[in-house]
Amino acid sequence: MLTNHPTIKHIARRAGWYVVTFLVAVTINFTLPRLGEANPVDTIMSRVSAGLDAASAQAKEEAYLKEFNLVEVDAVGRVKHDARGRPVRTSLGQQFINYLGMTLRGDLGSSILQHPKRVSEIIKTALPWTLALQLPTIVFGWLIGNTLGALAAYKRGVFDRVLYPLALLTSAVPAFCFGMLLVYVLGIRLEWFPAVGGYDDGLTPEVSWAFFQSASYYYVLPFLSVFLIVVGGQAIGMRSMCIYELGTDYVKYAKLLGIKESKILLYMFRNAMLPQLTGLALALGTMVGGALVTEMIFSYPGLGMAILTAIQGSDYPLITGCTLLVTVCVLVANFSVDVLVGFLDPRVRATQAHK
Amino acid sequence: MKLLKNLLASPAFALGMGLFVLTLLTSLLGPRLLHVDVNTRVGLAYLPPSSSHWLGTDHMGLDMVSLLIAGLRSSLYVGFLAGTVATTVGTLIGLYGGYKGGLIDDVLTAATNLFLVIPSLIVLILLSASIENGRSLTLIALIIGCTTWTWSARAVRAQAASLRNRDHVALARINGYGTFGIVFLHIMPYLLSYIFMVFILQMATGILAEASLSMLGLGPYDSVSLGKILNEAKTNEALTDGAWWAFAPAMVLITMIVFSLYIINTSLEGVFNPRLRK
Repeated sequence: MLTNHPTIKHIARRAGWYVVTFLVAVTINFTLPRLGEANPVDTIMSRVSAGLDAASAQAKEEAYLKEFNLVEVDAVGRVKHDARGRPVRTSLGQQFINYLGMTLRGDLGSSILQHPKRVSEIIKTALPWTLALQLPTIVFGWLIGNTLGALAAYKRGVFDRVLYPLALLTSAVPAFCFGMLLVYVLGIRLEWFPAVGGYDDGLTPEVSWAFFQSASYYYVLPFLSVFLIVVGGQAIGMRSMCIYELGTDYVKYAKLLGIKESKILLYMFRNAMLPQLTGLALALGTMVGGALVTEMIFSYPGLGMAILTAIQGSDYPLITGCTLLVTVCVLVANFSVDVLVGFLDPRVRATQAHK
Repeated sequence: MKLLKNLLASPAFALGMGLFVLTLLTSLLGPRLLHVDVNTRVGLAYLPPSSSHWLGTDHMGLDMVSLLIAGLRSSLYVGFLAGTVATTVGTLIGLYGGYKGGLIDDVLTAATNLFLVIPSLIVLILLSASIENGRSLTLIALIIGCTTWTWSARAVRAQAASLRNRDHVALARINGYGTFGIVFLHIMPYLLSYIFMVFILQMATGILAEASLSMLGLGPYDSVSLGKILNEAKTNEALTDGAWWAFAPAMVLITMIVFSLYIINTSLEGVFNPRLRK
């Protein structure tokens, strides 16, 4: 029976686990912003209420309270009032149920700062920038970093002695320091590349040669700032994995048997690769989060900038929308790794079969 | 003693320790040797380095050397506090779950994995954004500690689980030691070197997390930190004004601390793990 296949059972079990994790993440996303004092309606009202008389101010406030699901609404969509004429506030539990329902439908509410724009709209325009910046950077950085790391572990000698401290240094330089350095030296001092922004001022995002040209010119510095750090980090990980594999019994045994070196390397590479594969998926998952600071430094029009402006303006719906998206990315990446490793790793396959 | 000799024989350890002690001494002795004042304006904005102000002034006309020493102190403080909290929480959970096994272990592992996949920077952003007033340095350090303990818990759990079936643990159990006696007297001593390495990395994580938060504008309201100096420099056009002294020294300091902690960690690994020794 296919449904009893150990790998499928394993995947189903993991999927269930990730659903639970997702619910916890949504709960955290709901709870943490509500610990503070700030109330989205107060924030908007302080901006729009100037010059309004009391009655229209209250009407407006109620409209906003309704929009952010903070008050009870009757069947026809009117705000309910208590005996003193104050709107009836929704209980926290009910708010949570509403929030959960909206989130599951993909509705992230509307932004406060850019009211009445929807959060999902803002994310939709910002996300492609982040993906275009991070995805190629991480994938290429991962490939090159792993190759260098494996070479360093295998060759040792001068190559290792130069590469290892260099990789250690690039992975220790915080992304934001490196980014600022690039902006200052290559962007402002030497003026080789534009220092900030995603494209030329006069252009609007569209599918055209001019726009593409401008965007790729602006792409160089942010790309470099992430790329070198990924290469360094991955090279270190792969190097220590390979050194560990070199010392294992199966490699010694294979050497004693007189198996060709290239073949042993292949065995080793396969074993050392698995944890690195996990690393790739984790990096892909955290990329949106890691992008925050990079994008802030380069004023790159992606998700990081969106979250930054949201933080500066206490735009909670936008903050939680972005953080939820990041969390979902991480969960999806982790789940894909679990599935992939389940298929690729004979050791995991063996434990599944025994369960 | 042999351990210390082994350690000092490794040039990487000597370099890392040297750099770290240097930053530590600067932060401790700086305020005694130099006049550190981060509240008084000593001149115009972005004055270049001179003999009276070695690293010039920032956008407010404050002395950069003072700011850097104060920032270094805050960053190290955050590192120590966040590192201690994260290591303690992670070690306790990891040791207990790893030794106990069974249902308790399953529950603790599930909780750890759960918080491991939810990015800690996101939780940090949400928490810091909601406590707008009263976001003090200590609070930030505690929050960082409470959100970054997960991977040390996972690492310590794996080690503790590998020790639980050893003969000396079984012997201790026969002799009537309780769970806490066994965990602290018969398992933890074997992992001390490992826990120390975890602490070093947690410290680096804490320092980086604080700097990232400050860069995003969610820094402490009550102190200068290295991340905050960078954030101020970035938002006040130090980059375009060519005022390198307003950000380059802070960048060097952060990198130096993190780099020294990283190489201390890897060189400790080389000494503690005989397999990596030549």
